[in-house]
Amino acid sequence: MSDVQVSKVSNQPSGNTTRNKGRKSLMGTRPWVAAVFLLPALLLLGALVVYPIVFSVYRSLFDASGDGFVGLGNYGEMFSDEGIRTALKNNIIWVVVAPTVSTALGLIFAVLTERIRWGTAFKLIVFMPMAISMLAAGIIFRLVYDQNPERGVGNAVWVGIHDTFADPAPFPGAKPRPNSGLRPSGGGAFTTTSAVRAASPANLPLVAVAPDDVRNAKPAAAAQPRPGKITGTVWLDFTRGGGGRPNVIDGNEKALAGLRIEAVKGGTVVASATTAGDGTYALPADKADGARLRLPAANFAEAYNGVDWLGPALVTPAIIGSYVWMWAGFAMVLIAAGLAGVPRELLEAARVDGAGEWQVFRRITVPLLAPVLVVVLVTLMINVLKIFDLVYIVAPGSSLRSANVLALQLFQSSFGTDVDEGLGSAIAVFLLLLVLPVMYVNLRRIRKERRR
Amino acid sequence: MTTVDNVVADRRPEAAGAVRARPSLAARIAARTGGGAMQIFLILIALFWLMPSVGLLLSSLRSPQQIAESGWWQVFSKPAQITWDNYSQLLSNDKVMGSLLTTAAITVPATVLVVVIGSLAGYAFAWMDFPGRDGWFMVVVGLLVVPVQVALIPVAKLFGAVGLFETTAGVILFHTAFGLPFAVFLLRNFFAEIPRELLEAARLDGAGELRLFTRVVMPLGGPAIASLGIFQFLWVWNDMLVALIFADSGSPPITVALQQEVRQFGNNIDVLAPGAFVSMVVPLIVFFAFQRQFVSGVMAGAVK
Repeated sequence: MSDVQVSKVSNQPSGNTTRNKGRKSLMGTRPWVAAVFLLPALLLLGALVVYPIVFSVYRSLFDASGDGFVGLGNYGEMFSDEGIRTALKNNIIWVVVAPTVSTALGLIFAVLTERIRWGTAFKLIVFMPMAISMLAAGIIFRLVYDQNPERGVGNAVWVGIHDTFADPAPFPGAKPRPNSGLRPSGGGAFTTTSAVRAASPANLPLVAVAPDDVRNAKPAAAAQPRPGKITGTVWLDFTRGGGGRPNVIDGNEKALAGLRIEAVKGGTVVASATTAGDGTYALPADKADGARLRLPAANFAEAYNGVDWLGPALVTPAIIGSYVWMWAGFAMVLIAAGLAGVPRELLEAARVDGAGEWQVFRRITVPLLAPVLVVVLVTLMINVLKIFDLVYIVAPGSSLRSANVLALQLFQSSFGTDVDEGLGSAIAVFLLLLVLPVMYVNLRRIRKERRR
Repeated sequence: MTTVDNVVADRRPEAAGAVRARPSLAARIAARTGGGAMQIFLILIALFWLMPSVGLLLSSLRSPQQIAESGWWQVFSKPAQITWDNYSQLLSNDKVMGSLLTTAAITVPATVLVVVIGSLAGYAFAWMDFPGRDGWFMVVVGLLVVPVQVALIPVAKLFGAVGLFETTAGVILFHTAFGLPFAVFLLRNFFAEIPRELLEAARLDGAGELRLFTRVVMPLGGPAIASLGIFQFLWVWNDMLVALIFADSGSPPITVALQQEVRQFGNNIDVLAPGAFVSMVVPLIVFFAFQRQFVSGVMAGAVK
């Protein structure tokens, strides 16, 4: 590098000490020429960056109207206002989770693709989201997270997995015919009002079954008393076109097959059965005699509709997911560049000495990459601190409050519905304070480079 | 791969010496078998990463009724559903097309200005001598991490006072100012690497500062200027926050125009999906055409 050249003594008359370190100033530059070169930059920076910092600090000490001096009152309000506390809490989650996950994924991808022939193509795919706007990414993920499993791929996959492992409820929405002896017993279950006896079949009439659910059902059969068993029929007590008698199994009424029935004694389930194709069931009388019959809620649960990704509970993790989608590529590219600088021989030597790939990764690659990992983490943290667009776009209006972050609150406080520029300025200054340590590190690094 | 390595080692405990002597064999086996499983894993990850964008793309190619009724993945079984109608609607929509023009009218000047003003200052910091040079440069470096949020309220007031609020010029100036710390930092460091002899030779030939700057420094700074330009271009093109506050709400840039549509998300996917893609076309072209410059810009911009 040319930096190491010994500095020439400048013929500038000004007694500036830094000049002696300025190893590469050309002779003969007059200060006014330098001023002309610098003027546009310094003017813009002064007017639109430095002055606003000063103004924000000043403004943050005044109330919403700007007339009343409130000292640090706005800062106090920041930490007491419930909406802003949510924002703070979410910002902490963001700053901790998003950079860590992005960096971890970036590291894994960088290491795994290193020796793959199509690694470049993979990197391109993962890195590409960085080129698009957070608005476009937000629209993309609004669709991914759509609640309707017919539209949002997130819930389509989730419901698919769920229904594979859990049987869907046979008759969502069904309920007993009034005055049939079945009463709601909490949580969506129904229980008989009287105890069952082995001698007399307990027939349970239900209504409000969706026609699609019984399209292929057989006609219900009246259960016969059987020795040692408690029997009965569960059926849809409804005759198409009318004419059916309530609580009686009429000719064409449909059987409700696959319903779970529990015999409950003193609050505990003593026996259970499932209705057959003709709607009949049989419970062992020795256990169930004198019990009440319960149709558990699982029979009637509404069809599983997936996760409410953008509801108040999950909205922040969901948006963080879309951020990771955008920024894992950034981490990957930087880490891959760092990886290229790791000496091959070192890794090979460790492998020859019998170290497994995991050990090589854990003991050699990661420590050597530590400086790069820190840079990536810090960069992402600064970036995440200011997150605004993604939250504003992905969170639907109903959960915007639950997804609140500082930059969004600042926007709302300053330009949105609840105009309070004092509070907005306080949030802005708070954001600036949070990045000051990084500013300090940057400055130290530059000064060190200068001393070379 | 770890497991494969272990298996190879376990099977031949007596041949540990052989493994040591021929590490390439173990590596080859690992690459063959473990590599296969890993490749499948990576293919799955790549598909997973592509899926969100593909979903939006396919949604943009379906009619509003189909979007409302079923998922975009239905296209795979019914390719006949694909239609360009949404796009032709969008392209004949004056508001959307106008907003794309606004975006370009903001992005191009904001990029050129940052490059020019940043180069001038970067050159001064690298090669000129003036009082307080290092101090001024430290100030610029310090400003690298200042969040734009700090400036929103004060600059809105300032622009309001001088008549720049809700104007394209105002947005351009804001983006230029906030692009400058990085521009000056990047270019100063790059220009400082130019061999002194080159500059001195030009100086001896009688070149003045301006000539030196335009004929020697700018051409030699090409790579850094390209990185900076691409970085700034994408940054400004993709910006929503600054435009939301400072742009003319009558003819907003594309991000703001689409953002207004997002509030009724659900029944307007046929507008949003193609709109988002149209807004992505230019950044993606820039990205694919100038990957290398973009990556080096991103790397230089780390810890910004």
